[in-house]
Amino acid sequence: MSNTASIVIPKIVRVVPRNRNIEALLLIFAIGINAFELAQIQLSLLKVLTPDIFTYWLPPAIFAIAIHLILRRRASEADPMILPIAVVLNGLGLSMIYRLDLGAIANGGTELFAFRQVLWTVVAMVVAAAVIIYVPSHLFLRRYVYVSMAIGVALLLAPSLPVIGRSINGARLWIGIGPLTFQPGELAKIALTVFFAGYLVTRRESLALTGRKIFGMRIPRARELGPILVIWAASLLVLILQRDLGTSLLYFGLFIVLVYVATGRAIYVVVGLTMFLTGALVASRFMGYVSGRIDGWLNPFAPENYDAVGGSYQLAQGIFGLAHGNLLGTGLGGGIPHLVPLAESDFIIASLGEELGLIGMFAILAMYLLFVSRGLRIGFNHPDDFSKLLATGLSFVIALQTFIVIGGVTRVVPLTGLTTPLLAAGGSSLIANWIIVGVLLRISDSIGSGDRSGDREVNK
Amino acid sequence: MNRELKRVSLLIFVMFLSLFVASTTIQIFAADSLAQDQNNVRSAYDSYKTQRGAILIDGQPIAYSEKSDDVYQYLRVYEDPMYSAVTGFFSLYQGSTGIESAMGSYLTGQNSSQFFEQISALLSGNPVQGASVELTIDPVVQKAAWNALGKMKGAVVAIDPKTGNILAFVSKPGFDANELAVHSGVQSNENYAAMLADEDGPLFNRAANEIYAPGSVFKVIMAAAALESGQYTADSVFPNPPKFQLPGTNVFVQNSGEGKCGGKPTVSIADALRFSCNVPMAQLGIALGQDRIRQQAELFGFGKKVKYPMTSTASVYPENMDDAQVALSAFGQYDVRSNPLQMAMVSATVANQGVLMTPNLVENVLSSNLSVLVQPQPNIFSQPISKETAQSVKEMMIDAVSRGVSGNARVSGVEVAGKTGTAQNGKGEPYTLWFTGFAPANNPEVAVAVVIADGGGQGQGGVGNSLAAPVARKVIEAVLRK
Repeated sequence: MSNTASIVIPKIVRVVPRNRNIEALLLIFAIGINAFELAQIQLSLLKVLTPDIFTYWLPPAIFAIAIHLILRRRASEADPMILPIAVVLNGLGLSMIYRLDLGAIANGGTELFAFRQVLWTVVAMVVAAAVIIYVPSHLFLRRYVYVSMAIGVALLLAPSLPVIGRSINGARLWIGIGPLTFQPGELAKIALTVFFAGYLVTRRESLALTGRKIFGMRIPRARELGPILVIWAASLLVLILQRDLGTSLLYFGLFIVLVYVATGRAIYVVVGLTMFLTGALVASRFMGYVSGRIDGWLNPFAPENYDAVGGSYQLAQGIFGLAHGNLLGTGLGGGIPHLVPLAESDFIIASLGEELGLIGMFAILAMYLLFVSRGLRIGFNHPDDFSKLLATGLSFVIALQTFIVIGGVTRVVPLTGLTTPLLAAGGSSLIANWIIVGVLLRISDSIGSGDRSGDREVNK
Repeated sequence: MNRELKRVSLLIFVMFLSLFVASTTIQIFAADSLAQDQNNVRSAYDSYKTQRGAILIDGQPIAYSEKSDDVYQYLRVYEDPMYSAVTGFFSLYQGSTGIESAMGSYLTGQNSSQFFEQISALLSGNPVQGASVELTIDPVVQKAAWNALGKMKGAVVAIDPKTGNILAFVSKPGFDANELAVHSGVQSNENYAAMLADEDGPLFNRAANEIYAPGSVFKVIMAAAALESGQYTADSVFPNPPKFQLPGTNVFVQNSGEGKCGGKPTVSIADALRFSCNVPMAQLGIALGQDRIRQQAELFGFGKKVKYPMTSTASVYPENMDDAQVALSAFGQYDVRSNPLQMAMVSATVANQGVLMTPNLVENVLSSNLSVLVQPQPNIFSQPISKETAQSVKEMMIDAVSRGVSGNARVSGVEVAGKTGTAQNGKGEPYTLWFTGFAPANNPEVAVAVVIADGGGQGQGGVGNSLAAPVARKVIEAVLRK
């Protein structure tokens, strides 16, 4: 694949656009599941069905169908599974948030999330539709590689700015204007993926082939290591300024994986990971917040961590919740997920694990895995290098983020401040992940077209 | 690029595999133990959604949940404070202890063995009913032990040596668990604070979780260690001076009570146990060495937390002692510590021809439709001593009761084997009084251990034989229905 320009790729011609019919079938199933969840929650907690169900069911359902219809016209060869999976996950998260709201109302709580989540879902789906309609081909993005970098860096550093930067639960990941808060890092991950993909496509030859050979290993020249150093420094800056190991790890991991895919040289992974781990270890030594998270991860039930302010109380409660779920779960509405702080956002997976049990947990993980594998499949099959890297990057970022968040709740890695893609309450996260859905759909549509010019409208 | 992509796919697969493994570990393998964590209030919350199972003795509830008309739906009721060390308490505010805690996942219906009930509950929409736990306690023996202790602070553990089943498990003064089960948080917290402040320590589980200097009851372990070493028999003799100087010190050890210890120039191990002499035991301790003694003690369960299914506090035989300390440890002084559960296990081993059965309180667990979910089977804990050693130590213990210093445990018409202990706790401090033994000697039905704390209210006036042995006698009589 190193010299794609000279290879002629035969067009794959489909006689029947089967993809969209498969998608329609899966979508009906997905929307049906969401209705079933909401009904179960109402019957369990309210004992009756109320028209409220339509508030939380219809808008996402209608807009999901709208996206499907747009795909039929504008991207009929797009992957058929990505949209239904996104709809199921988004709907499941929304159902759990609604369920937590009902629990909060019963306990006299006033801070409700579900209605806002519906609004954000609709906004995010509209944005995804706009991406599909107005980004004629994903190659269009390639023209804005350095603009993406600027936007990405700006978004990444915005929370560190005075006045608009906000700190929530110790991590400085938000910007806020008045009552509105936004987590710009979520959008930054898309901008930076575009940048990394574009940058690496142009530099992969020199990154892959230069350097002296020492003991059979080709050691890159200092010039080639330059950009890696920059990204490494930026990741550590994020860690120090925003005090969140997860965000920092997400960007750096994304970058290293893309460098590896682009160059095929494991040395970058080794050097990069060593640098990052060293940097993170040193930084955590000087930052009580990060080392506290690590202590809480290793011993969440030890009294000194459990009782500490900002200690492992939340993690321990989340684990108790998961354990309470056992194999089958308590059933939606049957558990007590509100005992865990942030049950609707950071710990939504613990809430779902409690009420849906290990079976539900496996189903959710399997859906993420399926989503990611569809994205990687695009990377495998696409003839164009930029598209390969972009699809791989976007899929990997979802996989890594899911791993860091769910791994944080299940004690595989230390707990951090990232959101569970598509499930957790929060507008920025929904918009960002629906943009990823839109871009992946857009790229997948062009696999068979052999179109790599990037400048002309794709006519179907 | 596709080669690299395959490797990245593999990496992602491994990442997700770790999530599958981690969630399975938490939600299945660790679920029952997490449910019992003292910080986990979910089982308390569950209690007002499901009817918690009862704790039964001979089919009669000693703790049960009855309908209440507040939001919690069910109130936990306890029948009798004499069972407080067994049931523990179950409180919305103070968590749970005892069987309420150790068998909590069954009582709430959350144990994985109730899987099918959970499915049918899920399908029918009715909450799971808690399983009830039937105990091995014999109410007659429990009552006898409770009454025999009278106003003294202390504990009694009686075990069936052949099965390990616990027949009596008493800790005094005990508490009224109903005071902690109340649904008013203010009330519950107030009552709990009062119990914690009470100098008599009603919340202490003296049967298995407080440890005391064992004094002369430790000599049973010494005799076993001596015979097991192969270097000594019951008739092996040691010099019998009136005083023994501890090596490297100016401190002298004396015999207590029967001061002369037979009055001959030498004394056998058997007679040392019968008269409870410290001087020959101190010499035996130094001769055997601390490692051999510790090895023997650990085979009996020292150094281990025993799950019965509550968790005991491990008995202690200290490490890194000098010879003087070893000599003191040989008659259960210095830093040796034990509890009645442990000492009952020692007697049970001697009674059961050297085989120690794991102590156990649970007869069976019954689901709400009365099918048996769990039925613990007798289980060998260890084999601390040979059959021959057991026989020999048994004869020494029979002599200690029939013609030695432990005579107050005698029961007419029954041969009782036993050993008393009177442990010193420092200058002016009240003694800790002990008895451990079993009966009938040739076909043992019960092994018993009694501890009486704070000198039984008599300071340094009482000894094991005067206060602890009579309690054991009452327990043995109750078991044999005399």
